[in-house]
Amino acid sequence: MYNELRSHVLKLLKADTRLDGRRATEYREPIKVEQGIICTAEGSARVTIGGTQVMVGVKLEIGEPFPDRPDEGTIMVGAELLPLSNPDFELGPPSIQAVELARVVDRGIRESKAVDFKSLCIEPGEKVWLVIIDICPINDAGNLFDASALAALAALKNTRFPKVEDGKISYKEKTNKGMKVVKDPVSVTVCKVGDALIVDPLTEEEKIIDARLTVASTADGTLCALQKGGSMPLSVEDVEKMVAIGISKGKELRVALER
Amino acid sequence: MGKLLIQDKEIVVPGEIIAEGMDHLPGQGTYREGDKIIAGRLGLANVEGRAVKLIALSGRYIPKRNDTIICQVIDVGFSGWRVETNSAYSAMLSVKDATSEFIRRGADITHYFNVGDYLVAKITNVTSQKLIDISTKGPGLRKLHGGRIIQVNCNKVPRIIGKAGSMVSMIKNATGCRITVGQNGLVWLEGEPKSEYIAIEAIRKIEQEAHLSGLTDRVKAFLEEKTGKKVEPGVEEPELR
Amino acid sequence: MTYSKRLNDRKMDELRPIEAKVGVIERADGSAMFKIGNTWAYASVYGPRNLYPKFMQDPQSGILRVNYNMMPFSGSGERVRPGANRRAKEISMVSEKALLPVLDLKEFPNSVVDVFIELPQTEAGSRCAGICAASMALADAGLNMKDLVAAVSVGRVDDKLLVDLDYSEEAYEDGPVADIPIAMMPQSGKITLLQMDGEVTKEDLRKAIGMGKEACGRIYEVMKKALKEKYEVQ
Repeated sequence: MYNELRSHVLKLLKADTRLDGRRATEYREPIKVEQGIICTAEGSARVTIGGTQVMVGVKLEIGEPFPDRPDEGTIMVGAELLPLSNPDFELGPPSIQAVELARVVDRGIRESKAVDFKSLCIEPGEKVWLVIIDICPINDAGNLFDASALAALAALKNTRFPKVEDGKISYKEKTNKGMKVVKDPVSVTVCKVGDALIVDPLTEEEKIIDARLTVASTADGTLCALQKGGSMPLSVEDVEKMVAIGISKGKELRVALER
Repeated sequence: MGKLLIQDKEIVVPGEIIAEGMDHLPGQGTYREGDKIIAGRLGLANVEGRAVKLIALSGRYIPKRNDTIICQVIDVGFSGWRVETNSAYSAMLSVKDATSEFIRRGADITHYFNVGDYLVAKITNVTSQKLIDISTKGPGLRKLHGGRIIQVNCNKVPRIIGKAGSMVSMIKNATGCRITVGQNGLVWLEGEPKSEYIAIEAIRKIEQEAHLSGLTDRVKAFLEEKTGKKVEPGVEEPELR
Repeated sequence: MTYSKRLNDRKMDELRPIEAKVGVIERADGSAMFKIGNTWAYASVYGPRNLYPKFMQDPQSGILRVNYNMMPFSGSGERVRPGANRRAKEISMVSEKALLPVLDLKEFPNSVVDVFIELPQTEAGSRCAGICAASMALADAGLNMKDLVAAVSVGRVDDKLLVDLDYSEEAYEDGPVADIPIAMMPQSGKITLLQMDGEVTKEDLRKAIGMGKEACGRIYEVMKKALKEKYEVQ
């Protein structure tokens, strides 16, 4: 179905350009992070990468800890591919694409230990904070992975704990205590088309890529999560190159977060 | 005495009162209720004498007979192809409307057109239930090889084409690209990567500024700046070549 | 004690601050954002487009499908569990019926126009904000519409009638409360959505609807301005 498109993209890449005039490893402009946009959430952010826009909200609940980790709270990430944001998305229970998106974002935060789960303990063995991060795309013009991971991190950093009275949360009153986020994991999805590697794919490009590798890394360059996608295999050399691109481009995204 | 409550070339929105009294005539996109003429959609007001109509600025393509469109093959049957038309309806291309060659019954027709192919076709019939027939027999009608497709607002297609094809011809001359504009809002382009992108930028500029006067001069200046060459004004030519 | 002064210091007929913008979702055929106070709605329109399964098709006209959804973090209390619930289903249905009377889809037999309403943040009046956003998005999508639809909630708190109740007023406990969401076609003044919960007299209902009509007129002006802003010469 997309043979013509694919060969055209390859032709453009030979001339070091893409469908929208960008170079292979260039992100779209602008990259914008807006925090604290939703007053009903304990933390929130809206991330814009070119035409793609994603909202993330954080809600906090009190729950019981897992028996094997009595002094740790936890996080949960949900994603809904809203039909609002893309004509190809449908109503209904989360699709496998939505589940993958949520799980990749979850792993980036969890495995980097960006949030110290022990700091989410209220009463060991009894009560801990449950941090629920929900991803909602507003306009999907491609690369929901990177935009969502960045928005999730920005929303976490923006999170304030609500007041707790008699073990019940008083959502209307936020305290000054913010969520302690000690690492900055960002994701960069590097895609392979033919022999070329590109970042920040457009919707059209997402249809014709051979493989993708989402690389989540922290500020010091440590890898914290990986996810290979697409139906073609990658060589070890491919992976090395993609990881290097992922780490270096991650720095650019982190700059947008700090702006 | 009737009164016009809006100005020519003003944007009006659904429900907005355009005129009062019986002196004006409700044209396309408007309706009369009592002594009022009211906007029946969002559009650009066009006042000509006593008649007021609204020119559409947005909305998906509505298939019309004799339109030349760019469409994509989505299915191959025994006696023809189903194509996607960038509208609410798909269309049928039957073997007899695709080629003058003799095709044996039951022959493999994918060798003419296959799933995924883009075609330049003419709409030959639209029924009340929106069953659509198209043909690829005729000058300029063909399968598209290479190049790329972009989507534009189909309401701006007349401005992209320009008077008798003069606007698109100017872009072709300035960029050296081959360009075919479908009335359904799909545009096919092929050229050198850099100049192809300049052509797309020029088309986007027309799309955004279609309602402003002096469009041709601004597009000419844009093309000259981007290509660094003097651009000849477009010549009038048949729409599709 | 009577409700002599609104908890939010608004006048009885005063709306919360409104922000409206058209064309906010690039991929949609029409889109809009409508924010009233802390209630915030997005709407996108896709279509007219193919409709399957076939038995849903209407050979006389295109059909309208509206889906209302609160984002999981949009409620002031606990997280809203994603997916359709009874409340969202009912609001989707009444919103569809509120918008349908202005639309003419006869030109598009067998097709569907999909409207998706999403609320990132809510504090009372979310169905009304959703209808306002959807109505602008439908106009932006270039469909034949004889009018826009403006919506607001009116109501009674204790012995006062007022417009655009916020959460503190919906939850007022020192006297009876009635919450009456209304949608109207501003041009004809006809009502396309009317719901009520609480207690109110016949006379007060008539007065409240009158106040709603007046408020919808003001909302219509905001919507009109937002639509013109997108298309007008810069």
